[in-house]
Amino acid sequence: MKTKTFPHGIHPPEGKDLTADKKLEVLPPPDKVFIPLHQHFGNPAEPLVQKGEEILLGQKIGEAKSLFSACVHASVSGKVLSVDGHNHPLGKPVLSIAVANDGEDRVHQDVKETEDPFSLDPDQLRQKVREAGIVGMGGAAFPTAVKITPPKDKPIDTVIINGCECEPILTADYRLMMEYPEEILKGAELVRIATGAERILVGIEDNKKKAFDLLQKKANSFPAEILLVKTKYPQGAEKNLIYALLGREVPRGGLPFDVGVVVQNVGTVKAVWDAAKTGRPLYERALTVSGNGFKEPKNLIVRIGTPFQAVADACGGLKEDVNTVIMGGPMMGLSQWALDAPVIKGTSGILAWTSQKPAVEFDCIKCSRCVTHCPMGLVPTQLMKYVKYGQLPEAESWGATDCVECGSCQYSCPAKIPLVHWIRLGKNQIISQKRKKSA
Amino acid sequence: MPDNALIIQSSPHFRDKDSVPRIMYTVIIALLPAVAASVYFFRLRAIGVYLSCLAACLATEALFLWIRKKPFRSLWDGSVVITGLLLAMTLPPSVSLDIAVIGSVVAVAIGKQVFGGLGHNIFNPALVGRAFLQTAFPVAMTTWIPPATLPVDALTYATPLGNLKFQVAVAQGTLTPIKELFSGNTGGCLGETSAIALLLGAVLLLAKKTIDWRIPAGIIVALSAFTGIFWLTDPEKFASPLFHILAGGLLIGAFYMATDMVTSPINSKGTWIYATGIGIMVGLVRLFGGFPEGVMYSILFMNTFVPLLNRFFRPRILGERRAAS
Repeated sequence: MKTKTFPHGIHPPEGKDLTADKKLEVLPPPDKVFIPLHQHFGNPAEPLVQKGEEILLGQKIGEAKSLFSACVHASVSGKVLSVDGHNHPLGKPVLSIAVANDGEDRVHQDVKETEDPFSLDPDQLRQKVREAGIVGMGGAAFPTAVKITPPKDKPIDTVIINGCECEPILTADYRLMMEYPEEILKGAELVRIATGAERILVGIEDNKKKAFDLLQKKANSFPAEILLVKTKYPQGAEKNLIYALLGREVPRGGLPFDVGVVVQNVGTVKAVWDAAKTGRPLYERALTVSGNGFKEPKNLIVRIGTPFQAVADACGGLKEDVNTVIMGGPMMGLSQWALDAPVIKGTSGILAWTSQKPAVEFDCIKCSRCVTHCPMGLVPTQLMKYVKYGQLPEAESWGATDCVECGSCQYSCPAKIPLVHWIRLGKNQIISQKRKKSA
Repeated sequence: MPDNALIIQSSPHFRDKDSVPRIMYTVIIALLPAVAASVYFFRLRAIGVYLSCLAACLATEALFLWIRKKPFRSLWDGSVVITGLLLAMTLPPSVSLDIAVIGSVVAVAIGKQVFGGLGHNIFNPALVGRAFLQTAFPVAMTTWIPPATLPVDALTYATPLGNLKFQVAVAQGTLTPIKELFSGNTGGCLGETSAIALLLGAVLLLAKKTIDWRIPAGIIVALSAFTGIFWLTDPEKFASPLFHILAGGLLIGAFYMATDMVTSPINSKGTWIYATGIGIMVGLVRLFGGFPEGVMYSILFMNTFVPLLNRFFRPRILGERRAAS
């Protein structure tokens, strides 16, 4: 069978063998968790609890007040220590609820099982997803309830389940597919019902053949087709995956809705199933702890709010000469400056490396590798120059805002220019200029 | 591990191993077979020209880095070594060493540093140096000697293309045989004579994807098509496309000079136009121009269009509407 793919992209070293065969272990919740009220794309949630209050596992402690927001739930039972700013993986302190774990995991009364989630109607499903605070778990953390509410004039025909895990090193999604294949397929079916789509396509990179075989075996009772895609970065980028599987191009500045598609990560649909069936909101997630900086790389299921330090301790701790810690994958992850930041809903991995050296930068020699590899068809070196010299209108017409920040350009740049950094800066400037104009 | 020891940088955190110096040294390695061939054919003269060019290029680069208060590390990125080698390879073996030095100073100073150093120049630096010498010392730059391997006892000797241009070589049957052009056992600039040595290095560059295959492909196809039409109409008067490909500076130009990343387009459409332009111009100059050879001017001429081509042919962004056809 011919594997599907998209044009351009790169082949970074995979590095998945460190953890690919390690089963997901449940990390016991730590003594103290710090649950940020802003873990998603959009507006922060509003706190529902106060200092000193006793709270229960699964209790809603942050309310989504606007459409682009997500509810936040307690990941342990115990006493609220404070509602205050705490270090966050994104770098700035965020209003967080610190909870002293009583170790008893007393479950809140709202966590109720549903007999047959397949009998729920689309509105009920969306309500469940929204109440459970589910967001995209591939890393972008876009509120899922919004994603499964297509506009009336844009009918959806296909739900794509993203099992690519194209980021090197990460294996948590692979482990989810190996250990929870039925939950993933059932969750996908619920998303299909909620969006009114006809079929489900599951895209899996061909370096995860075992997961492909397993899902194919289980897929018989669902309107789902499991498809192999080529192992190439960024195969799991939403627009590229849609192109690879369906040959449809999401218009510039548009959303998958515009081509009749909804894309969900495997971890997200598993969370959807858990929320619909057991009533459990999103208070824990699977992640990969890897890199040569950890003594024992692992795949873990971790409660939201667990500080990175506690995760590191569970993996034998960090080696002495670690100088780089990343949340997420090596291509799109975020540098961490301290280990007190907590695991959030978008934490797909925690990576640490020893003795990394910053690259020596040269001037651009116009080798055009960034152009050859950009999966969006951009000219990163030109965008970099436009942003550097303040030519924002040009940067915009050359597609700065179409950049998905996948990092393929910077990976292949022989001059080691921080291209993504410049384009990101340009994007922010373009967006803030527009806001000023409309205000 | 103290917290402040963590490196903070924006993503991605993986980088390909290839770097600017690596690319430059790959080109240098690819040039070595042709350098060796020139030393074999022209002996001590070749060595003298190489050493003068390299020394003068490095010294000029160092001087300019010092004046511009730039770090000296770019002296070792290999780019200036390529300029020195390529300039030497395009000079006649009989050229005096002071001319080689003057050419080198012009190549690095006017061809590269005045624009801001590596990556900012518009023209291929080595060719800027050579173009200057061609105008300033026209006699020295067009006086040729036979290779040491030929049993000819002559002070001057015509290059294969000179022979084609100024004598009616095709009709008289005195055209340099293809075999000699292939091995390099003939007259010409230092590094351009041995086709086999140049192709050997080109294989390495193509295999490592250091150069864009479209450029040599475009040049060779365009030149073959152009000269082929004339050859087919009158093979008594015109040389074959194969002769044109192997003679003169076409191969060194197509594989090592037109492919200079800095001075060639960054998108594929522009690259095809750039390469085709060079191929046709070489044919025009050789068949109808005043000079026997036109590779240098063709590349410099098409270099001027690169910024325009880069701007004009923006690739189609994913999801962008295709232009109505």
